[in-house]
Amino acid sequence: MSLTELTIADAAAGLRARKFSAVELVRAHTDAIAALNPRLNAYITTTSDAALTAAAHADETLAKGEARPLTGIPLGIKDLFCTNGVRTTAASNILKNFVPPYESTVTANLLRDGAVFVGKTNLDEFAMGSANITSAFGPVENPWKRNGDDAALVPGGSSGGSAAAVAAGLAMGATGTDTGGSIRQPAAYCGIVGLKPTYGRCSRFGTIAYASSLDQAGPMARSVRDCAIMLQSMAGFDARDSTSVNCDVPDYSAAIGRSLKGLKVGIPAEYRAEGLSAEIEAAWQQGIAWLKAAGCEIVDVSLPHTKYGLATYYIVAPAECSSNLARYDGLRFGERVEGPTLDAMYEATRRAGFGPEVRRRIMMGTYVLSAGYYDAYYLKAQKVRSLIRRDFTESFQKVDVLLTPTAPTPAFAQGEKTDDPVQMYLNDIFTVPASMAGMPAMSVPVGLGATGLPLGLQLIGRPFDEETLLAAGSALESAAGFTHRPAIRAEGAK
Amino acid sequence: MSYTLEGKTGTWEIVVGLEVHAQVISHSKLFSGASASYGGEPNTHVSLVDAGFPGMLPVLNHECVAQAIRTGLGLRARINLESRFDRKNYFYADLPTGYQISQFTHPIVGEGTVEIELGDGTVRHIGITRLHMEQDAGKSMHDQDPTRSFIDLNRAGVALMEIVSEPDIRSPEEAGAYLRKLRQILRYLGTCDGNMEEGSMRADVNVSVRKAGEPFRTRCEIKNVNSIRYVMHAIEVEATRQIEVWEDGGEVDQETRLFDPSRNETRSLRSKEDAHDYRYFPDPDLLPLVVEQAWVDELERGLPELPDDKRDRFIKQYGIPRYDASVLVAEQAIADYYEEVAKGRDARLAANWVTGDLFGALNRTGRGIQDSPISAQALGGMLDLMADKTINGKIAKEVFEDMLETGDSAADIVERKGLKQVTDTGAIDAAVADVLARNADKVEEYRGGKDRLFGFFVGQVMKAMAGKANPAIVNEALKKVL
Repeated sequence: MSLTELTIADAAAGLRARKFSAVELVRAHTDAIAALNPRLNAYITTTSDAALTAAAHADETLAKGEARPLTGIPLGIKDLFCTNGVRTTAASNILKNFVPPYESTVTANLLRDGAVFVGKTNLDEFAMGSANITSAFGPVENPWKRNGDDAALVPGGSSGGSAAAVAAGLAMGATGTDTGGSIRQPAAYCGIVGLKPTYGRCSRFGTIAYASSLDQAGPMARSVRDCAIMLQSMAGFDARDSTSVNCDVPDYSAAIGRSLKGLKVGIPAEYRAEGLSAEIEAAWQQGIAWLKAAGCEIVDVSLPHTKYGLATYYIVAPAECSSNLARYDGLRFGERVEGPTLDAMYEATRRAGFGPEVRRRIMMGTYVLSAGYYDAYYLKAQKVRSLIRRDFTESFQKVDVLLTPTAPTPAFAQGEKTDDPVQMYLNDIFTVPASMAGMPAMSVPVGLGATGLPLGLQLIGRPFDEETLLAAGSALESAAGFTHRPAIRAEGAK
Repeated sequence: MSYTLEGKTGTWEIVVGLEVHAQVISHSKLFSGASASYGGEPNTHVSLVDAGFPGMLPVLNHECVAQAIRTGLGLRARINLESRFDRKNYFYADLPTGYQISQFTHPIVGEGTVEIELGDGTVRHIGITRLHMEQDAGKSMHDQDPTRSFIDLNRAGVALMEIVSEPDIRSPEEAGAYLRKLRQILRYLGTCDGNMEEGSMRADVNVSVRKAGEPFRTRCEIKNVNSIRYVMHAIEVEATRQIEVWEDGGEVDQETRLFDPSRNETRSLRSKEDAHDYRYFPDPDLLPLVVEQAWVDELERGLPELPDDKRDRFIKQYGIPRYDASVLVAEQAIADYYEEVAKGRDARLAANWVTGDLFGALNRTGRGIQDSPISAQALGGMLDLMADKTINGKIAKEVFEDMLETGDSAADIVERKGLKQVTDTGAIDAAVADVLARNADKVEEYRGGKDRLFGFFVGQVMKAMAGKANPAIVNEALKKVL
């Protein structure tokens, strides 16, 4: 099997058994990047030389028998995580030359555990988007193709570069961030597994903020187990993030394959939304049947405020972003466009620095926080948000986990759904509620739709119960036996 | 007699509320580990958090919280066990993140009160509305270059306490007394050094005027006044301006103004078009601040004795007048000095010497109590010599001046100059006899009923003995003979 097709778990075992070296493993991926990234545009910055140096170091560590869980494993890092000495752009012109002198906690944790970073993956600008078409560095192409159709499809967003890289074999796993679905939806579109942990599980320190009360880092990989392995390293309390939660990090891999006998799986009625495609409805029913066969009890539940999730999200997230992005003013770092006055400089800098979607969200957020509108929008949204959270809390008194579709449709083509922003926002209709509630959720690929594109199902769990997600996710994964690979993928490596 | 201003249409009273920004004494800033100390080369006390770098997050410094709670307790105010941090959004070059973290809706300290005392002895209570914590901004320097401005972020992120008073102040004198009292409390608590010249305490002054019995009229806010004297001037100048506006049939606009001490006027700072909409909302990077009552109690137990309590104790314990007690508690160091002098001695005499001769000497030499040329122990030593009648009050003045100059102890000076008081009745009797013999005519007059001459005889005897005679013994000897 090609080295770019291996799972992290298998590669880690292969490295320890000296079946191949870390340099060979990493080179297979840097070669694949060199070959395919010009087309897929999954990476904004590649760090192949540094990765090969790190791989050689990893081989020394392996030779000494001192391997850490991720020693020698090539990963892609979403270009929203600040990486010490490596350009970090947030896919925005305003940071196109920004090189942070510090490391985010999540990436520092991965480095501590031996991971090798092969590059910084593309994303929607400042993680605002659902199709990875708002990047200042150009769109990412989904490595999957519809049957008999060469049209370039979107990988989903905002972690579209990470999803495409992992799907095409340009990384064994990648970090993502999820604010309203930015890990789960691209994972579904690209046929990989993506896990958004509970809000507070992974530190936000050093991750460029979009909407602080929602942003959460998580793993994206080709198997549920690989997500467990990555999360093991990424998670943990960090005193530098006041919203990081100080609770133990369990052994996530131990949850893989755990018996689901008696597990109560809730099926929320409200997710049978308008616009849900027949193929996704069918995949959902199939998922229900598989979990039932694995010993789960299926329970109908109601999350009555689901329908307000998207509207609420598009008040809260822009409000926070309008404030979070105020620091990009051209004064201390990032790009500056000079002007005759301070205000003129701000205007010129930000007009040149931010793309249309970012500007739109800053404007929306500024509006909803303005005097006279605050109560009607922001305050009301906060109240609805607590009702959404209550929906989940009440459901979790009856069930252990919820099963829903991840997205209402499979991946669509670049150029579709781009004229109406609301159509684009609807892609996140199933992922946003769990984000608003801070619940952990995961997308698992369960099959191909009518046009040959991967379909994902979403599991939503109790706060800090990522283990149940991993257990149920691995059951779906093995029942589905999803071994399909995208049309565009790394070839020829040993 | 209350303070009023006379206008064309009659008598006006003024209504003032103060918002004081007090820089918290702490090692590091409110949300970062950078040094909060004053001074330093520009931009040397700046962390990545202070500079608003991407992905940086604020982490609350609990020492600053403790300082805010101590201050709240010192203002006899309610401590809110749950408070929150909001973002106040505006763009400015010395505000790196584009927002100031402040406690807009849920401050850590609620209502309290400050007792002030006026020159005529009147005591008033000024209500405290709230105290909240917030970050300071950096400093913009517009005078370093003809075309560019420079920014120093050393101060950016330093913790401030904003202490808001009720509109209870009715005269410039009350405003001055309130600020001095507030500064005194902060200094006692060690929560702010109160140095207005260095900007670690600044006041925004809200002023309005009204006719007696009216509800409040529109107020103006005079921003960033940096001395107590200027606050008092600004109030008078602004109130006078407002009275003219009203009396000329105009309307006072609610606006922010600036006090210009060189021209003794206030002027409008920004027009309505630039009015900020700060878009306050809860800072999602910070959890609500929840403090335990037990911690508040612990902080309360650790508080020093506050000036009002100390003053009341001095009156009771030392039997000194209220005025003297107030003067002695003005600064913690003075109070400590006084108590050391008074300990085991005549406390009223100690108060007289500290507030009289010592303060006079310090004023003359421009020194503070901390570098007083006469230590509390030394002054106590002098009082001891008076108590055991080694010297009398008159000689003590001379000894005191010598101590100031030489720094020698009173005992050494008395020894060196031979100033020891004469209590030998034989010597005194001889001097008395000699004085009476040389003033036989005056003795006759005295005996004829001119009692006032007794003082003359005392003076003559003391003079004959170079001031060193014990005055009580002299009195007694004179009475006996006369």
